[in-house]
Amino acid sequence: MNSIVCIKQVPDTESIIRIDSEGTGIVEEGLQYVANPYDEYAVEEALRLREKFGEGKVTVVSVGPQRVEETIRYVFAMGADEGILIRDAEPQKRDSFSVAQCLAEVIKDKDYNVIFCGKQAVDDDSAQVGAMLAELLDIPQATVVSKLEVADDKKAAVAHREIEGGEEIIEIQLPGVITAQKGLNEPRFTSLRGIKMAMSKTIEIREINVPEAKMKVMSLERPPERPPGRILEGEDADVIGELVQALRNEAKVIP
Amino acid sequence: MAGIWVFSEQRGGELKKVSFEVLSVGRDLADKAGQELAALLLGSGVAMLASELAKYGADKVFLADSADLKDFLTESYTSVICEAVRANDPSVLLFSATTLGRGLAPRVATRLGTGLATDCTELDINDAGLLAIKRPIFAGKLLANAVFDNARPQIASVRPNVIPVQENPKAGEVVNLEVRIDPSRVRTKLREIKRGTSSRVDLAEARIIVSGGRGMKGPENFSILEDLAATLGSEATVGASRSAVDAGWRPHSDQVGQTGKTVTPDLYIACGISGAIQHLAGMSSSKYIVAVNKDPDAPIFRKANYGIVGDLFKIVPLITEELKKSGKE
Repeated sequence: MNSIVCIKQVPDTESIIRIDSEGTGIVEEGLQYVANPYDEYAVEEALRLREKFGEGKVTVVSVGPQRVEETIRYVFAMGADEGILIRDAEPQKRDSFSVAQCLAEVIKDKDYNVIFCGKQAVDDDSAQVGAMLAELLDIPQATVVSKLEVADDKKAAVAHREIEGGEEIIEIQLPGVITAQKGLNEPRFTSLRGIKMAMSKTIEIREINVPEAKMKVMSLERPPERPPGRILEGEDADVIGELVQALRNEAKVIP
Repeated sequence: MAGIWVFSEQRGGELKKVSFEVLSVGRDLADKAGQELAALLLGSGVAMLASELAKYGADKVFLADSADLKDFLTESYTSVICEAVRANDPSVLLFSATTLGRGLAPRVATRLGTGLATDCTELDINDAGLLAIKRPIFAGKLLANAVFDNARPQIASVRPNVIPVQENPKAGEVVNLEVRIDPSRVRTKLREIKRGTSSRVDLAEARIIVSGGRGMKGPENFSILEDLAATLGSEATVGASRSAVDAGWRPHSDQVGQTGKTVTPDLYIACGISGAIQHLAGMSSSKYIVAVNKDPDAPIFRKANYGIVGDLFKIVPLITEELKKSGKE
């Protein structure tokens, strides 16, 4: 069971994000970088499949600057076998389409049963790369998957997808792209042994021509500040009455 | 190259509310660009929906009505949409940023060799006649303004619940599309759609969200939030913070925040939620925010229009009671 897992290094979700002096990017200095949270579910699912089938390997691929090596090592420590970094010194100038094209270029020659991605990265929130990659490689996709059962012959899978107000269950032929939603599994912690092994593994560096972004960011801005609110104190009916009146008559958000 | 196109999402023969939102913003763009607005409607036995699309501003409805399109499958929908786009060359193509639209739009954009702007909250036509995109990034900590300077069509998906729906009756002339799908190219199959156990509206479409965090102390206590939501009507639902979901009190589909859903209801009532940055990112563009928390220093109060410092187990039932009482008058 060979899986490819596409991962992205993103600023930790607790980060304060600042706009750079050019106004089109963010200040990278001082940011803590982590594996995109949804990608950890993707990695975990690939590891579990390798364990279930008792054969095969898990290859992680990422596009980004040198610092991404750290995140690939983290995924090695979880148990991934091989890592490829498609080096791109200017990640902020890319869009998802550029990244998907890079990934497809490297993945197309690989031997795989399934490709996993996170359902979206929590930096640009684009949620595009998985489906774009599927199209570029001409394979089917199941996005936002919270449960996956791969058939014994590895030629098909049943995927449970979270949709508005419920769940959709689809059958997908493999090879295919699966994008991971929270709930798919519980990602493992890295072990001391894993961390030691991760240090000794080699990351394959690929230099390719990264295509230009189609979507051009012209400027970044902060969302408008919210006006200061009114704080009421107490737990009695008068205070509650005042709140309900305000919602009804000032805000006009309740009938 | 002309025409503003919108993909109109339907499931089971029923148009989603967001489809009217996308039509409304499409109508606005078409008027500004001096172009026609066309809706793309795909499905089986859905011809009768064309008149509804006309009511909300469609000059034209491209209709692909075929038994092969009964179930939404990304590959069959992609091929029909791309064929229609290639034959008609629109300048803009909009989707809704629902699960369906988020799976479909990147596939379509890639086949057409263009990029995609996901989950836009504002769309306009700029002085150069290009689609001007505004979309939240970092779960709403920042907004990005972007354009496609040479990719056509310019493809974007629109966040649900942000654009006001406006009726604007137009001709809605139906143009039938020929549907040719090679079954060997459709490599997924729908097995089943399971409706959620909750009878309440989905978070993304809810007008009012009553949300609970760590301060709820346990899953059983969410019943007071359910009661409040029920009292607020059918457009209200219950959400949760990440700590409540991670504790196993609520399903992940209820989670609001950076690793859950980003929501924009008219009213968000945060109960026992301290307001971690990841949570604020997912709800701070709500039109009105009410915070109930016993800690007066909780960061949630800095985002709230109205805050009550106190015990939510006393306050929330009192709000429900007050709504019932005053609603009867």
